[in-house]
Amino acid sequence: MKANQWMGKQKVKVAEVPDPRILNSRDAIIKITSTAICGSDLHLYNGYIPTLRKGDIIGHEFMGEVVEVGKGVGNLRVGDRVVVPFPISCGACDACEREQYSLCENSNPNAGMAEKLMGYSPAGLFGYSHMLGGYPGGQAEYARVPFADVGPVKIEDDLTDEQVLFLSDIFPTGFMGAEMCDIKPGQIVAVWGAGPVGQFAIASAYLLGASKVIAIDRFPYRLRMAREKAGAETIDYSRHDVGEALREMTAGRGPDAVIDAVGMEAHHSSPAIDAYDKAKQAGKLETDRAHALRQAIMNVRNGGIVSVIGVYGGWIDKFPMGTVVNRGLTIRSGQCHVQRYTKPLLERIRKREIDPSFVISHRLRLKDAPKAFETFLNKQDECTKVVLTP
Amino acid sequence: MNRAVTISAGAAAGVATTVWAVRRRAARRAPLHVRAAITVNKPVGQVYSFWRDLELLPLFMNHLESVRTTGDRTSHWVAKAPAGRAVEWDARIVDDRPDELIAWRSVEGGDVPNDGTVRFAPAPGGRGTEVRVELRYDLPGGKAAALVAKLFGESPDQQVRDDLRRFKQVLETGEVVRSEGSPEGTRAFRQFAQRPAQPVEVGAR
Repeated sequence: MKANQWMGKQKVKVAEVPDPRILNSRDAIIKITSTAICGSDLHLYNGYIPTLRKGDIIGHEFMGEVVEVGKGVGNLRVGDRVVVPFPISCGACDACEREQYSLCENSNPNAGMAEKLMGYSPAGLFGYSHMLGGYPGGQAEYARVPFADVGPVKIEDDLTDEQVLFLSDIFPTGFMGAEMCDIKPGQIVAVWGAGPVGQFAIASAYLLGASKVIAIDRFPYRLRMAREKAGAETIDYSRHDVGEALREMTAGRGPDAVIDAVGMEAHHSSPAIDAYDKAKQAGKLETDRAHALRQAIMNVRNGGIVSVIGVYGGWIDKFPMGTVVNRGLTIRSGQCHVQRYTKPLLERIRKREIDPSFVISHRLRLKDAPKAFETFLNKQDECTKVVLTP
Repeated sequence: MNRAVTISAGAAAGVATTVWAVRRRAARRAPLHVRAAITVNKPVGQVYSFWRDLELLPLFMNHLESVRTTGDRTSHWVAKAPAGRAVEWDARIVDDRPDELIAWRSVEGGDVPNDGTVRFAPAPGGRGTEVRVELRYDLPGGKAAALVAKLFGESPDQQVRDDLRRFKQVLETGEVVRSEGSPEGTRAFRQFAQRPAQPVEVGAR
């Protein structure tokens, strides 16, 4: 089959690899019909995620048709159409029983590697480095899906791939980001990053009852999408002082909750601070640039909630702990527990409360993955979200 | 004492690799003493019974080739080794308290004197069973001892922790969990020798 492999910093190639086969009895093999590039794939692309290796198949947002099931999979049949959550979860450990699927205690065979970097190991993920399992990803023609009796959600009506594909990651991720904000009527939420996850965080905050959502980014086309498709008010941080603008928009209170939908490769409007963090990151003195997170923390209201769904891989520095403690902030975070959200969010799509396909800007073939990564990385051609079809 | 030497040598050199080198040399002489713990989300009775069936140990204990029950409390153990260089011993269960503890010890005449204990306790908050295992191998020298030292590699604690991870996987999910990077499931050596995250061809390693 053909698959998109990471070949080194800012280099991917689509090449022939063996077809996947069943390794565990609860596996299924999926023939992929649609697969997307995630913003977090850019962290891989740029070489910022440790233990990614040359030749690894990447991609963790995919769906398709079941073509083979292991003997331990009772709920799926050949021909079923499924969306696959990006965390691999056994459904039986204590974490899975508490619906903390991205913390599955059994799905990472390389848990020892993750423990060295993070203390304890989270779940294995598709196509996201060896310390997170060494599982091939879904930017391919086929994929093996472990614990196929737990993760994949069946799509049994006529919804299109584009309408349901993002149940694999970014819609649930944005939704969980909003849910962690404990939104109460009348509350205002600010979202850093108007990429696809940010767009879904904005839309979800409204679904959960926010009275106003403010999006912060520097790309006019993304801010336009946030205004027109997700209903946000917007701040262009390259042109305005974010703190002043938020103070004005919330009459001096600050947003009740803030969401970091940016993560480890944030940019800063001050070239000096941007250069400082880029230099430290390049020299491996910190792995992550956390401008958005720092700014979010500084600008939430006293006693507010900081919800972090942007991906961080290792360490950050200049963390404003003083403001967290003295202003009584709550920080919540996590890789999305996708399996918890797939069915309720599918129901919202079915009821036309939301059509997630609004984030798609580019539709390309799998073979065009190298070009697609470049376009997405450089935000060329108003690129927001790329969907690939094999 | 060995531990102190390891630490001070490491501190003096200030280099982590020195610690490994010293530990590796020391491991050939000193007894190998490793311990690890894990919580399994199953009732204590089930967890105890699974371990008590010693023949199942090689399912998750990486250094074992086979265990054969030879009597109510006796068994024959074979460690993994290249063909023709089997390391074997007979063991006797010296203490067996259902749902609490199993202790075993090799009998005289085996290749490598060793003993082990596993303790079971209900985990607080209804979270299943706490499992604590301790293994000790005397490594007096000779080929068998060298082989056992090699089987446990440079990070024996990691290896036994991985054994317990597989034990947990088998009990909670029914089998050892495999990825394309680690197709055999959790193995300490795979942390340094991952396959690429690509499908595994039939018969490939």
